[in-house]
Amino acid sequence: MTATMERPTTTVHPRAKRRRLSDGPLSTRIILTAVLGLIAIYFLVPVYWLIVSATKNSTDLFGSFGLWFAHPQLLTNLGDLFSFDSHIYLRWGLNSIIYAGGGALVATALAAGAGYGLARFSFRGREAVFNTVLAGVMLPQTALALPLYLLFAQAHLANSYWAVLLPSFVSPFGVYLCRIYADASVPPGLLEAARIDGASEFAIFRRIVLRIMSPALVTVFLFQFVGIWNNYFLPLVMLSDTKLYPITLGLTSWQGFASRQPLLYQLEVGGALVSVIPLMILIVVLQRFWRSGLTEGSVKA
Amino acid sequence: MATTKRRRLSPGIWFLAPFCLFFLLFFVLPIGYALYQSLFRTERTGLYGELGTHQVFAGFGNYAKVFAEGAFVQSVLRVLGYAVVQVPVMIVLATVLALLLDAASARGVRFFRSAFFLPYGVPGVIASILWGFLYTPGISPLVSIGGHLGLTPDFLGPNTVLWSIANIVTWQFAGYNMLVIIAQLKAVPGDLMEASRIDGANAWQAIWHIKLPLIRPAIVLATVFTIIGSLQLFTEPLVLQPLTANVTSTYTPNIAAYADAFSNNNYNYAAAEAVLLALIAAILSFGFLRLVGGRRRG
Repeated sequence: MTATMERPTTTVHPRAKRRRLSDGPLSTRIILTAVLGLIAIYFLVPVYWLIVSATKNSTDLFGSFGLWFAHPQLLTNLGDLFSFDSHIYLRWGLNSIIYAGGGALVATALAAGAGYGLARFSFRGREAVFNTVLAGVMLPQTALALPLYLLFAQAHLANSYWAVLLPSFVSPFGVYLCRIYADASVPPGLLEAARIDGASEFAIFRRIVLRIMSPALVTVFLFQFVGIWNNYFLPLVMLSDTKLYPITLGLTSWQGFASRQPLLYQLEVGGALVSVIPLMILIVVLQRFWRSGLTEGSVKA
Repeated sequence: MATTKRRRLSPGIWFLAPFCLFFLLFFVLPIGYALYQSLFRTERTGLYGELGTHQVFAGFGNYAKVFAEGAFVQSVLRVLGYAVVQVPVMIVLATVLALLLDAASARGVRFFRSAFFLPYGVPGVIASILWGFLYTPGISPLVSIGGHLGLTPDFLGPNTVLWSIANIVTWQFAGYNMLVIIAQLKAVPGDLMEASRIDGANAWQAIWHIKLPLIRPAIVLATVFTIIGSLQLFTEPLVLQPLTANVTSTYTPNIAAYADAFSNNNYNYAAAEAVLLALIAAILSFGFLRLVGGRRRG
């Protein structure tokens, strides 16, 4: 894991210069597109099924062909979904946003400070700290969830917002990314100049360093946001009050009752679709941030 | 780093301190606590335990019991067998997708890349619910199409359910790993490709001799994360559990630990299982890094 000094910005090469199969014969291009199309079907069909099924009533969900519409009633279904059990679904959605948004925000701030501290200051034990954090990246999150529950239960913090939020503030992978990025992009000369001008260390960090590191910070935020949003084990272990559930936990709790209350199948499908849409938009729109940050992570691994 | 000076010693620590505090509290402490818990057992006093419980030092008793009872060992072997198939399938698929997109014409690449990456935005729970419906006869279009073709696919059978789970995981993460590799491919210098073209290398030779060696670090990273992910398999089988009797309460190490902690109320035993899982993950991921690192030097 030696961090080489290297500009973080991926140099963009004119597409014309790159040799591509598309320069080849037409048949190659057609075959390639066909293969990509087939693979795309694999990735998209389940999402398509979800959209089609979200428009069906409970009877058609089981009684009609899954990949085509039957008596579409999306608005009725959404109304049912949002009003069921005194709007519990909206509450779950809000909880998910609190956990993922709050957790990712704090995690990014902590990782930015730690990454910058590791990259631009030398002190005894620096590499030991960094290696411990790296070991944290390798640690299965689920191995932590059980002991965390036991600790939180003793502190009377289990079954609260803090039980999910506090562990989400820690992103070892974020520290790793931030260190690599700060190492490569924050010019030591600029820091020296700011110090000579009399700026305090914190002001330098806030006004200069954070701005330079912003692409990496967006990446860390996205990683952590999706990670928390998708996490299941931690809230499952920590929470018993359904009002505190994130969407993921709420939907599986419906799954448990669905065999007795078939309406829940329909709500589950609709709830799954609604919960997936914001995240899908987020990750597709922000793809270029995934890319810029991911390069930093993988180049030096 | 000639500019970093000794007199700047304290600010660095202050920038690091907030993270370290949380890291100690929510990463190091729980692991230490799990280790500690795993060395004790809970004894109940009174005929029915009505007089309360207390902790008794048990040494490695819990670990011995984990190995003696065998269910946890079985679950570890199951996820290891799963990983042996899942990791290569995932990595090869992600690499092929990345190389295909790199080779394809510029038009359409953005659509395909988004399509492949889209499932990463679907939480494991939702993906499992979704595929669970697609595996269940009566609701699944896949089963009904199979029926018309004279096939009776059983996605939830005793020998197939593990691979149905593998499919869910592949569906979710192949596009993500692809993106990690694409990121590295973008860093392949254009003049290097230009030089190989002038030297008369064809597209396949360029892939084999230039691109694959250069994207190696990304592939290593994706492999390590896939290995760790395979070991902590939990959400997918747990969500499929109501649909099939073939996912038992000790199906994977994590499910076993979860059941031992919350159904059997045996935290000490579950702590031993959590520690063992972390240990196995560490051995495998560092072992793999060592293996590929060693080969690089050779």
